[in-house]
Amino acid sequence: MAKVKLNVNGTDREVEVADDQPLLWVLRDELKLVGTKFGCGIAQCGACTVHLNGAPVRSCSVPAVAVAGQKITTIEGLAQNGVLTAVQKAWIDLDVPQCGYCQAGQIMAATALLRTNKNPSDSDIDNSMQNLCRCGTYVRIRAAIKSAAKTLNGSAT
Amino acid sequence: MNSVHDNEYYPDVVREQIRELERESMNFSALGAKSVSRRGFMQATAAVGGGMLLAFGLLGSEKAEAQQAGGGGGRPAGPPGPPFNPSAYVKIAPDGKITLYSKNPEIGQGIKTAFGVILAEELDAKWSDVIVEQAPINSAVYGAQFAGGSTSIPSAFMSLRQAGAGARAMLVAAAAQQWGVPASECTTSDSTVMHAASSRSLGYGALATAAAAAPVPAVTDLKLKDRKDWKLMGKRTTGVDNLKLVTGQPLFGVDMQLPNMKVAVFEKCPAVGGKVASANLDEIRKLPGVVDAFVLEGTNKVSEVMPGVAIVAENTWAAFSAKKKLKVTWDETNASKDSWTDFSNQAKEAAKGTGAQELRKAGDVDAALKSAKTTVEAFYTFGFISHANLEPQNTTAWYQKDPEGDKLEIWGSVQIPDGARQTAAAVCGVPQTRATMHQLRVGGGFGRRLMQEFVSEAALISKQAGGVPVKLMWTREDDMGHDWYRPGGFHAFKGGLDDKGKLVAWSGHAISFSDSTPGGNKRAVQGGGWPSPGEFPADYTPNYRLAQTLREFHIPCGPWRAPGSNTCAFLVQSFMHELSTAANRDHAEFLIETFSNKQPPAAGAPTGFGFGGGGLNPERAVATIKAAVERSGYGKPLPKGHYHGLAFHFSHQGHIAEVAEVSVTKDKKVKVHKMTVVGDIGPIVNLSGAENQVQGCVVDAISTMSQEIIIENGRPQQKNFDTYKLARMSHAPVVDVHFLNTDYPPTGVGEPAFPPAVPAICNAIYAATKHRIRTLPITREGFTVV
Repeated sequence: MAKVKLNVNGTDREVEVADDQPLLWVLRDELKLVGTKFGCGIAQCGACTVHLNGAPVRSCSVPAVAVAGQKITTIEGLAQNGVLTAVQKAWIDLDVPQCGYCQAGQIMAATALLRTNKNPSDSDIDNSMQNLCRCGTYVRIRAAIKSAAKTLNGSAT
Repeated sequence: MNSVHDNEYYPDVVREQIRELERESMNFSALGAKSVSRRGFMQATAAVGGGMLLAFGLLGSEKAEAQQAGGGGGRPAGPPGPPFNPSAYVKIAPDGKITLYSKNPEIGQGIKTAFGVILAEELDAKWSDVIVEQAPINSAVYGAQFAGGSTSIPSAFMSLRQAGAGARAMLVAAAAQQWGVPASECTTSDSTVMHAASSRSLGYGALATAAAAAPVPAVTDLKLKDRKDWKLMGKRTTGVDNLKLVTGQPLFGVDMQLPNMKVAVFEKCPAVGGKVASANLDEIRKLPGVVDAFVLEGTNKVSEVMPGVAIVAENTWAAFSAKKKLKVTWDETNASKDSWTDFSNQAKEAAKGTGAQELRKAGDVDAALKSAKTTVEAFYTFGFISHANLEPQNTTAWYQKDPEGDKLEIWGSVQIPDGARQTAAAVCGVPQTRATMHQLRVGGGFGRRLMQEFVSEAALISKQAGGVPVKLMWTREDDMGHDWYRPGGFHAFKGGLDDKGKLVAWSGHAISFSDSTPGGNKRAVQGGGWPSPGEFPADYTPNYRLAQTLREFHIPCGPWRAPGSNTCAFLVQSFMHELSTAANRDHAEFLIETFSNKQPPAAGAPTGFGFGGGGLNPERAVATIKAAVERSGYGKPLPKGHYHGLAFHFSHQGHIAEVAEVSVTKDKKVKVHKMTVVGDIGPIVNLSGAENQVQGCVVDAISTMSQEIIIENGRPQQKNFDTYKLARMSHAPVVDVHFLNTDYPPTGVGEPAFPPAVPAICNAIYAATKHRIRTLPITREGFTVV
């Protein structure tokens, strides 16, 4: 067991964790931030995607002790003061979810993509969006990313 | 007869609903014609703190009848009846907030939104005033509550409309009384009652308390809206839980938290039927975070609790870590030894015969084949697949000792909550009246959560752990290794065409499995890949035979999205294309001609219960095929290297035609560029939700073309997404969805849009390569989807 300081959604948290305990299970079980989901445990599905210093990582395969002191953002930390991000809004406007289980991870992946690529092409989206959606909402995820990109680019000019 | 016909595709509750809907659809003439034939009842009560509550039920069930008798069917005329459950369907608060209760589980089919839309439409509520909540699980109030068989929309469509119209009528009556004007002069819109002549209006909130005391209208007096006046239905409405989903709020079974809750894991024999001989329990109990570890003998029924080892820990990671260190020696005396390799070899032998049992026969198939101008023979194979819900199976259960009778409380993500509750209570020896169930949002259904053994497991673990609340978490490996698989199977076809290329003979021989699991019923496995005896083209071929040969199978198989149909469409619609190709005919024309060739009912032939059977309307089938041909440009020139494939399938009261546009490289890489889907599912409730289901069905179909669970020595070999691949973003084609929006009764589309997709793609692959896909997954024939 080890004591670890994490900065989660802008707040410093200290938790006691097992040496090999993945970040996912610290977020879900210790910090009760359950928006980040468990799907496979082997970094295949992406349901557990969070941002580590702004970049997407699969939190089921990142030990918490390895990210001590670093900035972690979860789905709960995207909206600021109740104001949704352009990506979250696009997800609602285009009614992306079916069961919705993977969508937190999808939104985290899409948010990270749009941070590094303001205007992703279809093939950019194909290459960077590697999260599984069992319900098959990919058609809408693609449309929502493009819609969010438009909003973000519009507001930047 | 041990046949596919009486096979339990679905649990009883779902099957009964499907049968009822099929009966209704066969007697159907036009939308609304039978709308008031169902006997319903309404009850209104004042809400705590003001406002009104309106409940609505269909008569027919004993519980509902008893309730009505006791409650007086409205404002009590005599002594008050038993207290009415205050959360039946509609609650209107004085502040104008309208709460609608959605009775069935939300599994990603969008039912919570659709039910809200139907009610709000007839209530004439402003959508932004509406909150939709999951109704409590209470069969005495709501009747059957489940998500399965695409039955939620057709079974509830009319009753929800009546509930909305009833509430609206009472609000109007209250306003009319207050204003001293005839109710007939009042109109409604956006949660407001208006009287145009005197320019007066009142919001529903202001009227609700008075409306609760208004006479409850008889269901037969209700006037439902004309379709042309619909404001919400048929339009796009975003999901009612979407805000919670995109902000990561707790909704799902896995998100459940209780004070002092522990996390449990459960290890079962990798080959179904094995028992625990010994386990390193002492070692496990000493591991950090582990609270307890013990053997569960279980009930030795796969639908309840099979033997295994439970570990109870302080948190999920402690439980998962301990499970990795668990060493169990299994007694596999009675465990499955099933082998796909052996089955495949046996099936090829069996295919040489005509089948152990004849299920349906019309005309003289052998003579017709002999005299046919052209005959085609083919042997098809399809592997097992898993449901792979992204939310692994889980349940939170709390067994409590109590002097007044032990109690059980369950929180779960399931498809038949009351069934899960009843089974778990029985397994734990808790009186049914002392067991309660809370339905949580479901991270994917697909039929997997119609089977609910994990609920009983959680309950029994809570009991054996001494009454601590536990959340049972299956790992992904547990989930994929202990599924109720979509069974694999084999089908041998012979078909005959006359000199004009018309279908005159059809012989099918299904080689499938009987359910020989512990506690199984020895009948044909659930969701097996064979046509039901009424399946197309049974009623459209003068000389027809369907036979089956069953092998024992010891691993659970269960309903998987469009059970039966999901493989049947691949078999039938691929072979239909083989026939039209052999006759050198246009496939659309061949399909349409076959649908015009309806045969007189065969003597003694089953009337086609099932998922391709009752309710198939050839005119609706032809209309969807023609529309799909027109929208996709089927038969017209395409970009170089692109090819079309067409397929139609009827299931779950949905008539669906699909055209795939694909290209195939020399090294057999298949790219699906576009799918055109035309559906006749009656009127659309929520266009966004319906389109989403169709888009998802297409992607799911593409997924399954590469998926296989291979079973050897009783052990499913694929355990996670590294070896069992799901389609990703790059695989998803453009999906052009078009609904014919007819006046037939509505049906759900979460299932019927799936089956035609696979054969449409396979037929397109044939057009591109002249290679006929006769095996799923297509990787077995050297093809990959890119």
